[in-house]
Amino acid sequence: MVSKPKTLFDKIWESHLVDEQDDGTCLIYIDRQLIHEITSAQAFDGLRQTGRKARRPAANLCVPDHNVPTTPGRGGVDEIEDDESRIQLEVLEKNAKEFGLPFFSINDERQGIVHVIGPEQGFTQPGVTLVCGDSHTATHGAFGALAFGVGTSEVEHVLATQTLIQRPAKNMRITVNGSLPTGCSGKDLVLAIIGKIGTAGGTGHVIEYAGSAIEELSMEGRMTVCNMTIEGGARAGLVAPDEKTFEYLKGRPQCPKGAQWEMAVEKWSQLPSDPGAQYDTEVELDVSEIVPQVTWGTSPEDEIGITGEVPNPADVEDENRRSAMERSLEYMDLKPGTKMTEIAVDKVFIGSCTNSRIEDMRAAAEVAKGRRVADSVYAMVVPGSGLVKLQAEEEGLDKIFTEAGFHWREPGCSMCLAMNGDMLQPGERSASTSNRNFEGRQGPGGRTHLVSPMMAAAAAIAGHLTDVRDLMK
Amino acid sequence: MEKFTKLTAVAAPLPIVNCDTDKIIPARFLKTLTRTGLGKNLFDPLRYDPETGEENPDFVLNKPAYRNAEILVAGHNFGCGSSREHAPWALADFGIRCVISTDFADIFFNNSSKNGILLIKVSPEELEMLMESADRGANSTMTVDLENQEITNSDGEKITFDVDPFKKHCLLNGLDDIGLTLQKESSIESYEEKQKASEPWLYA
Repeated sequence: MVSKPKTLFDKIWESHLVDEQDDGTCLIYIDRQLIHEITSAQAFDGLRQTGRKARRPAANLCVPDHNVPTTPGRGGVDEIEDDESRIQLEVLEKNAKEFGLPFFSINDERQGIVHVIGPEQGFTQPGVTLVCGDSHTATHGAFGALAFGVGTSEVEHVLATQTLIQRPAKNMRITVNGSLPTGCSGKDLVLAIIGKIGTAGGTGHVIEYAGSAIEELSMEGRMTVCNMTIEGGARAGLVAPDEKTFEYLKGRPQCPKGAQWEMAVEKWSQLPSDPGAQYDTEVELDVSEIVPQVTWGTSPEDEIGITGEVPNPADVEDENRRSAMERSLEYMDLKPGTKMTEIAVDKVFIGSCTNSRIEDMRAAAEVAKGRRVADSVYAMVVPGSGLVKLQAEEEGLDKIFTEAGFHWREPGCSMCLAMNGDMLQPGERSASTSNRNFEGRQGPGGRTHLVSPMMAAAAAIAGHLTDVRDLMK
Repeated sequence: MEKFTKLTAVAAPLPIVNCDTDKIIPARFLKTLTRTGLGKNLFDPLRYDPETGEENPDFVLNKPAYRNAEILVAGHNFGCGSSREHAPWALADFGIRCVISTDFADIFFNNSSKNGILLIKVSPEELEMLMESADRGANSTMTVDLENQEITNSDGEKITFDVDPFKKHCLLNGLDDIGLTLQKESSIESYEEKQKASEPWLYA
């Protein structure tokens, strides 16, 4: 009998099934868990209260990222001024030690944003199930891993049992045809997708990204795309592993070596979806003609090409959508019909788990090189990990940034969600390479425009949103 | 976990579409080490003036009729964004035990049921009817009966709803997921032995 063709998701799901109840509820095995300080303290407390241990300590990796200062030359944990932040970091370290979990401290060069260091360390591998108490865990799907965000109760569940109670998701395939034009990156591609499917378009699904434009992306670009899958409502994004994936992983500290590497690659090569596999939902788009993307509202689906204008709610028929747009524009203090390139920014943030890897640093530096940040703008570059920072410095990118007037910072989540003191003041406006333009995300009353690293660097120089292609001529 | 069986309470209308987790509880309140105490910052950006910190009298939960609401009737795609369980913790700490909408974000949906909060998906027409009922304030309580999967408004109009049978079982009995899973420990062990043989590098 010929077996039914399977998707990449089906294959990973089936190979991790520990138990299935009559009502369809499944127990799936979790191979890897990343842990940071914001969503874990209550989970460790739960273990303590019930006298439970971590089932497989080595299957976890703990690192502080959300709450760490990014001030140049930051000291150790005891030098953090904000009491609550400092205590949260101390508690993470104490918990990691008590339960025997691997831990990178704030002073370790391997410290960084969970979704940057997982791949960097080879902790992320094709075909594994990986979770973290963080919705941007979808990032790791770029390696063909089934990776998704979980709540703190589930963090505790994984620590205690190495499993999760789940129901299978539906399969969605997004085929991205064509090749990205000059001035556009994985960020523009994923913003265009979210604009098309909407912020709830992927709810209940795992999205597999396919097509020539995805194949052509670097691993960094694929990570950016998978990272923002959650902004389209799907918990996990996937890209089939290929030679680029293996090339990126080979020799990383936690990857198999020697004969086991060969074994692993052979196994990973079986993961891509079978020809003829069925998807519950199919979406197709061509990105050959897109222009650099930018958001105008307070949901990632509120996006438009940089050559466009702020849309008019009056043109929208759906009443719910119209009122949401009106509220967004009021919050953003924008008038319909305003050219996107006329919107002045106060701050520029280049960083976050979406866009803080070496390729992002290089792309922004190329735009910044030999230019100056506008006097009216404060611009910061926050590398995603200590290792990204070191590599960027070896390549001289830090010099390019500082000579252009950008601030070169220590690694962390920083102004993406403004927990560590890096934030917008009420009424301030940013061009940001992060993932969410929600109200208050970058500080109460702050206004966010999501863009690519190239576009962010260009906005810093121009003092307003601008088409980076004009600087590339 | 607190059981959820039958609830009769005031329902507050919150017709915001895509109400994200940063609206439910902004990141700056995530520095806590406990699950409790977040209720005072529930919907902080909507509930308080960002500059003065004073209550916004127009926000539904600040109106006298809705201060004791235990049910929310919310716009489409409620809870989108972050995985922070602080969102259901803040709702529970405020006293909200049930949210009704046409759709919820996946992670928020899972997190809520683990904290004794029942999320109910209804059709757009049903949501409109419930929103109108909720608009009538404190005189208009709703009853949510999980056992019979039924919502009744103060006029006696009934709506039936679907619920995942396993989640229903856990909510009705206030069951702890981890305890249930550990009953299957031998299956977990045999899975691990098999995986250790086929993918030894995952156990290095």
